[in-house]
Amino acid sequence: MSAVPEAVTEAPVTEAVPKRAMTLGVGTSLFVLALLIVAPLFVKNFIVFQLTMLLIYGLAVLALNILTGGSGQFSLGQSAFYAVGAYTSAILMEHVGVNYALTLPVAGFVCFAFGFLFGQPALRLSGVYLALATFALATAMPQLLKLGYFEHWTGGVQGLVVTKPDAPFGLPISQDMWLYYFTLIITIAIYIFSVNLLKSRSGRAFMAIRDNEIAASAMGIDVALYKTLAFGVSAGITGVAGGLGAIAVQFVAPDGYTITLAISLFLGMVVGGVGWLPGSIVGSAFIIFVPNIAEGISKGLSGAVFGVLLFLVIFLVPHGARQVAMVAEHLLGKLKKS
Amino acid sequence: MELFTNQVLAGIATGAIYACMALAVVMIYQAIDHLNFAQGEMAMFSTFVSWQLMQWGVPYWGAFLLTLVFSFVGGIVIERLLFKPLAKAPILTNVAGFIALFAIINSVAGLIWDFTIKQYPTPFGSSPFLGSQLISTHQAGMIGVTVLLLIALYSFFRFTRIGLAMRAAASMPESARLVGINTSWMIALGWGMAAAIGSIAGMLIAPVVFLEPNMMGGVLLYGFAAAVLGGLTSPFGAVIGGFLVGIIENLAGTYIPGVGNELKLPIALALIITVLVVKPAGLFGRPIVKRV
Repeated sequence: MSAVPEAVTEAPVTEAVPKRAMTLGVGTSLFVLALLIVAPLFVKNFIVFQLTMLLIYGLAVLALNILTGGSGQFSLGQSAFYAVGAYTSAILMEHVGVNYALTLPVAGFVCFAFGFLFGQPALRLSGVYLALATFALATAMPQLLKLGYFEHWTGGVQGLVVTKPDAPFGLPISQDMWLYYFTLIITIAIYIFSVNLLKSRSGRAFMAIRDNEIAASAMGIDVALYKTLAFGVSAGITGVAGGLGAIAVQFVAPDGYTITLAISLFLGMVVGGVGWLPGSIVGSAFIIFVPNIAEGISKGLSGAVFGVLLFLVIFLVPHGARQVAMVAEHLLGKLKKS
Repeated sequence: MELFTNQVLAGIATGAIYACMALAVVMIYQAIDHLNFAQGEMAMFSTFVSWQLMQWGVPYWGAFLLTLVFSFVGGIVIERLLFKPLAKAPILTNVAGFIALFAIINSVAGLIWDFTIKQYPTPFGSSPFLGSQLISTHQAGMIGVTVLLLIALYSFFRFTRIGLAMRAAASMPESARLVGINTSWMIALGWGMAAAIGSIAGMLIAPVVFLEPNMMGGVLLYGFAAAVLGGLTSPFGAVIGGFLVGIIENLAGTYIPGVGNELKLPIALALIITVLVVKPAGLFGRPIVKRV
């Protein structure tokens, strides 16, 4: 406890992931895409709804992945951005009467601005401190949404009910089905955007900052700009996911966006593999279906089962789904040769 | 004016709890450079253990001591089993580990003692303290215990060999290892002490917020705020930070219109962010210099 400043080599937030290892090959991508297009045709409406949520959470996990896997920053506060996106969409639809599809870009933009601004103070923080600041943001968000001042717009504790859109052009499919394909289109667009973003100059800047901030700034990267930019992009995508979530669930209320959501998204990223974009869907499946499975194993202990499964993931496959995918690829390669 | 003194005193009393939580947070941060997000749940579990002991007829102070021992051992076991293997893992993995621990403890406590709210006794009684209407004897007791705890910790780190070894292991692990300190066990010891301190916080706050598995949620955030305000590297700062957070929370709730109870958590958020932006090392912490 001396007064001497301590010099430390900071432990990395996450391990460096080479750019090529961040995406899937073309063949596999097309296969997954085909699966996602065909899947809802054979299942009940409720499962279609769950698949929609799978895509929506997948988007939110993807956003976190860009932030953490891309630029090496940390966030336990994604639920706050998700909430802002959801509320923006809901308020625009219900109070202003804007078409649901048009609310999404607005939600994305509002969240981008919010994330960019929140990124300003967060800039000076790293590792645990950033985790802490975003953790506080997520914990405080529901109470901010309940505030009396905004009650006229947000509906206070009651929340807002959102109308579910019908399929356009008189298409003969159910609302759930339409919403699924609508979400799928947006997900694909954002996925392609993210892949390209990480391949671009900005993406390389993100990764340079992730791997070593000081070295990156020595190479002429504007660290402040790119860190806030990563925050903004991540928040923006989360906002779009939030808006979609509001439309799919048909309801927004402060208690739907607690710290639990932020933690789920974070776990989704860890399970899917940090920095591996396709893993986002796997992570999203983990956070949607595993609590149900845990509940099935033991009703009273669902939280404990969830925790134990998470520890198993951490210890057995620390790189999450990416590791599993790589092993599978390796095995397939061997099979082809022999 | 009387309202003001009242609120400040009440603030100091709640601040005592935040101070205990912050102490626990700082203990672990010193030992392993991580914030333990499961700290609050560990404290909650310990409090339930003490409650169970009292239900079985153990007197208060007996239960108190047994719980301290239980928490200390429990903290060490958790470190040895779960977090020692993760020592070299990235920060992210560790945070995921803390969250998993959080889920497990919360759920197990809910299963054993279910989610109904329980009364928790106080050893100090709740009559007015020294005839004044301002604070109750329980609140005075909380402040007293916190101050005692701080003195004990200070003496431990300042005057004992093992305290010195823990400090050495925390600030320069490699050099400490070279002079023959078992740094790995020092970390386990830090976990044990943090768990014990957390259990004290839990047992002190339980009479105020009542006992239930989710009782520590808000308290932990304030504990973090206090630790950040005082400086994550300074136990003394953590205690001062705890009292300050308690006072700020109460004064803001009283004097800023529209804050009331519903905005108390956002105040903790605002406080954390302000401190991190203005003075990231906290009031009493050491600044940290990074190298490539």
